[in-house]
Amino acid sequence: MAGGVLTPIDVAQAASNKDRAAAHGTPLFLQISDTHIGFNKEANPDVAATLSQTIDYVNAMPARPALTIHTGDITHLSKAQQFDDASQLLSRLRTTELHTVPGEHDVTDGTGTEYFNRFGQASGNKGYYSFDHNGVHFVALNNVMHFKPNGLGALGDDQLAWLKADLSGRSSSTPIVVFAHMPMWTIYQPWGWGTADADQAMSYLTRFGSVTVLNGHIHQIVSKVEGNITFHTARSTAYPQPTAGNGPGPVPLTVPSDQLPKMLGVTDVKIALSPAKATLTDSTLA
Amino acid sequence: MKLPTLRRLFLIALGAASILAASAELCVAQAQQAASVTIKDFMFSPMSTTIKAGTTLTWKNLDDEPHTVVSDSGLFRSAALDQNDTFQYTFSKPGVYKVFCGIHPNMRETITVQ
Repeated sequence: MAGGVLTPIDVAQAASNKDRAAAHGTPLFLQISDTHIGFNKEANPDVAATLSQTIDYVNAMPARPALTIHTGDITHLSKAQQFDDASQLLSRLRTTELHTVPGEHDVTDGTGTEYFNRFGQASGNKGYYSFDHNGVHFVALNNVMHFKPNGLGALGDDQLAWLKADLSGRSSSTPIVVFAHMPMWTIYQPWGWGTADADQAMSYLTRFGSVTVLNGHIHQIVSKVEGNITFHTARSTAYPQPTAGNGPGPVPLTVPSDQLPKMLGVTDVKIALSPAKATLTDSTLA
Repeated sequence: MKLPTLRRLFLIALGAASILAASAELCVAQAQQAASVTIKDFMFSPMSTTIKAGTTLTWKNLDDEPHTVVSDSGLFRSAALDQNDTFQYTFSKPGVYKVFCGIHPNMRETITVQ
């Protein structure tokens, strides 16, 4: 991080160039998103292979982060077999902890039974929870189980009350990382790319000196900075989606096969404690 | 004399039954023809459907993005429908049923059962 400027590097390059990786420092955590295990259409007939390729790159990094965060849509259709396949693939990641939030594709049964059977322990089957790591407070939010009629995601009153209480006792100098599946600001309402009650959640976060808000869902990178809050969406490891409003809906986007690896990837994040600052690095598979 | 009368009655009954069966088949054929909804380009088509009580409605998803078929009242909910997957529900009671996609809730339709 140099003066608040994001410094994108290539994961493949980081893995092969130890000097550059050393200068870059060890990321605190890695964000992986929208693996969509079970998808097999033209946009990417082998999503297991592209996830596997992503994991290979991460495992080859000389300075690997301790944590991996998966920001949802682990599976494509919430099927037990798809969750099992995803767990098997993700178990190859040489990071010590995996933290997840559900995407709407993981809870298509309405209750999230298969998701919570595997990932529900951290949250008491609610999908939202928090934890601390290296002086950073991580908050996982679930915005895919209280959809509004206009298609926007929502947290709901219970989760907002929990979030307020979770943050209330903490020092404003604590760096905060918030992660959820759907964007926590409205990127494009007609496609439901936003969270209806995100503003309420953000009002609890404005007093903190460094807040990083991460999500997936839209399969492409969109960022913005608002005061001390940095919003950032991650690429998918499965397939790209069109830019906002381009086509009938957020469908899987088919691109020439040599272009696909350039549109898939992961994000790694470093957090400096004093002064608290986050550095986000987006990497593609090619 | 008894036997021929009975036989005649039996034949009449048989004939009536076959006519009833034929008309029932016709009803089912008509209901099936009318009772389908296509999901394409993030829309239910048609967006409003009117059917008779007892009709089975079939939804088919043509998008390569999955969709679900969920009733507002919680009466039914399909699994995630992949491309070309179908879901069926039989509406037994008259009424107006609001239906949406649980993954993309801005996709909505109305089923009127008479």
